[in-house]
Amino acid sequence: MVKAALSGLKVLEYAQFVSGPYCSKLLADLGAEVIKIEPPLVGDSARRREPFLDDIPHPERSGFFLFLNTSKLGITLDPDTVTGRDIFLKLVADCDVFIEDNPPLSMKDRGFDYENLSKINPRLIMTSITPFGQYGPYRDYKAYHLNSYHGSGVARVLSSILPKETPIPTKGPSFLGDMDAGLSAATATMAALYGRLFSDEGQHIDISKQEALMALERVEIGMYGNEGETKFSTVFMQQMVGGLQRCKDGYVLITLGGDHHWKGLLRLLGDPEWAREEKYQGEMGKYKYAQDINEHIAEWMKDYTKEELYHRCQSSNCPIGMVTTVADLVASRQLESRGFFGEVEHPVMGNVSCPTSPYRFSETPHCFHHPAPMLGEHNEEIFIDRLGYGKEDLMRMRGAGVI
Amino acid sequence: MSGTKTPRLPLEGVRIADFTWAWAGPYATELLAFLGAEVIKIESSHRPDHARIRSLTLGLSTKGLDKSPVFNDLNLNKMSIALDLRKSKAVNIAKKLVAVSDVVIENFRPGIMDKLGLGYDVIKAIKPDIVMLSSSALGSEGPESSYTGFAPTFSALGGAAHLTGYPDKRPVPLMGSSDLRSASTSAFAVLVALYHKACTGEGQYIDLSSTETVAINFSDSLMDYIMNGRVAVRKGNRDDILAPHNVYPCKNDRWISIVIATEDEWRLFCEALGNPSWTRDERFSDAYGRWCNQEDLDRLIGEWTINYTHYEAMELLQKAGVAAVAALQGVELYSDPHLKERNVSTHVVHPNVGRRVALGPPWKFSATPARVKHCSPMLGEHTEYVLGELLGMSREEVAALREDGVLS
Repeated sequence: MVKAALSGLKVLEYAQFVSGPYCSKLLADLGAEVIKIEPPLVGDSARRREPFLDDIPHPERSGFFLFLNTSKLGITLDPDTVTGRDIFLKLVADCDVFIEDNPPLSMKDRGFDYENLSKINPRLIMTSITPFGQYGPYRDYKAYHLNSYHGSGVARVLSSILPKETPIPTKGPSFLGDMDAGLSAATATMAALYGRLFSDEGQHIDISKQEALMALERVEIGMYGNEGETKFSTVFMQQMVGGLQRCKDGYVLITLGGDHHWKGLLRLLGDPEWAREEKYQGEMGKYKYAQDINEHIAEWMKDYTKEELYHRCQSSNCPIGMVTTVADLVASRQLESRGFFGEVEHPVMGNVSCPTSPYRFSETPHCFHHPAPMLGEHNEEIFIDRLGYGKEDLMRMRGAGVI
Repeated sequence: MSGTKTPRLPLEGVRIADFTWAWAGPYATELLAFLGAEVIKIESSHRPDHARIRSLTLGLSTKGLDKSPVFNDLNLNKMSIALDLRKSKAVNIAKKLVAVSDVVIENFRPGIMDKLGLGYDVIKAIKPDIVMLSSSALGSEGPESSYTGFAPTFSALGGAAHLTGYPDKRPVPLMGSSDLRSASTSAFAVLVALYHKACTGEGQYIDLSSTETVAINFSDSLMDYIMNGRVAVRKGNRDDILAPHNVYPCKNDRWISIVIATEDEWRLFCEALGNPSWTRDERFSDAYGRWCNQEDLDRLIGEWTINYTHYEAMELLQKAGVAAVAALQGVELYSDPHLKERNVSTHVVHPNVGRRVALGPPWKFSATPARVKHCSPMLGEHTEYVLGELLGMSREEVAALREDGVLS
């Protein structure tokens, strides 16, 4: 048995797709017991989202669902039926944390808002993750990942460094913003849990995806607020010395933090004649003649692969990063040596490699305590063993669409 | 004295010895400071936090160590003590500070803390239940642990650059957000370790890789490669399944994002547009057809959206039940009625640069509202307080240290 940081902590999840499930997955892999509620028959919408193992769509074959739901127990439940509601409230009464991502009005209409739930569980920490938060004029607006990314302004910040011919605001890749919101929610939840150790009081945490995303560009957004837009939007990566450069088989990214990095790069280039020219000396000179310098750099780089450049430059104290694909990440010796990929043993998918976490705890390691649950996998364990229903009750509830 | 009692913040009573610099470290401790932790930043004018001097990604350089808009945004609620850690007396003071702290956070290149005589072994010997987090480009172990980088480097190494932008154009590195994402992950990990420490009395060491904080977010694409051997490419604003799924031009050089995820939403969308004849085009009659013909579909939608401002289009389509959100930019984030009502930004008054706007914490707590309490510190602003009040040194001792150049 692995020693886990959050063992003993009970989390109830009533959320779908990315943000809410990722939030509780972060806690589950660190030892919290997470009970995930899914709608009967159909389950979490991530079950219907690719990638599927061998490209065969099936609710138990989504690799994304697997990643987002490791270490959890899964039940099916419709809290809008009378019996389902009773069960739901029993589960709420018995948990430390309730994570949900439902439209605020629907939670209130059903009496599942914090005010009501805290009456049956005063120590409850309820974390609500929605596109625009629990109040404000856009509270009930609908938004998917793309919408949140653009609505937060961060897509615009991102596109300020796009090549000039494509000034279209552009979203971050995959479900980056939804993952960010999940992490932000997990952080706030942990803070509330820590505070509760001393106050013994629960509370409601309101996570707006829009604000979670804005936070990650707070410096740039602050610049807009303080300096206006023009001053900042003139800065493009292509005006930097280095920046993104093409090489033999892809791209590398060069960011020079100071003179020592510059010298490291020049050593590799064989201390060339041109670099000694007066106009390239000093920081301003380098900014002013970045294009010239970059041409020299590009000329040198074209004969090397990104991997060669990455290792050679880093070994010469010049911080270059290669632009990696997912294939590069899976092949990375560095990631492998740190255990970034772990094994999950799944009843349908078999042994699958899956990303673990970016942190290594010395005493309470991250761990896949279970694979992701199959739809309704833990119904018996929760409904019969914990809540005391009989096997026949379960059958009847299934027939009635409660579970 | 009477007055309204401010609620106890979650991390009140937690003290953090903060050795961080640049962006990825300081934002982690800023988040913890928003939550009420007492964060003491250990820094030196001999090797200043480079966020006090310049920003690579913003192309800024600042005159005067206390005037940097970047530093001043990432170090709110903290204190600062100036210690020249090249001097053994300064290291001794750092150790004393560690002895009265709960957490140590640093983001130097791996090995630097050991060289300074402040590695985890030393720290743990001073304070056995300490939580220590090291954040670095690729983690403190493994064949590439000595490699370094900045936010754009992490975004390249972590797979973000390759996946951002357009298929026929160059990859796009994410900039500062890669540092702040790494920082957010650090803050989460520290909170987990603090919770474990409070429950069991056990501290621990956390080793964090900034590159991995980026890579973890592409788990869908990583899983697709692992399971099916497919290498994901960048696809702008588009989705693998859904269409419409893009941004569309509006009046005044603004944009609106629109996503249609269900047949219901498609019907509502067409109605909101007044059911123009193209919406009945057979090619758009099901989700797959819309996806296959999205070039044409996007053009037709753009011909409609261009007649509206992004706010008008958002209101019209949201009323109809369609996920359409204005792409906000720059100063709009400060005038937007929703963000205003939620008090997303606040003001900070700094003695050197005056009143500045800054975003508040990204969470709303009902009982323990995290908040911006005060501006970022000037270098060494709290040296006297830390040495005197916290470590119990006499004025004479402090003066002698100052004389020796330890406190600079």
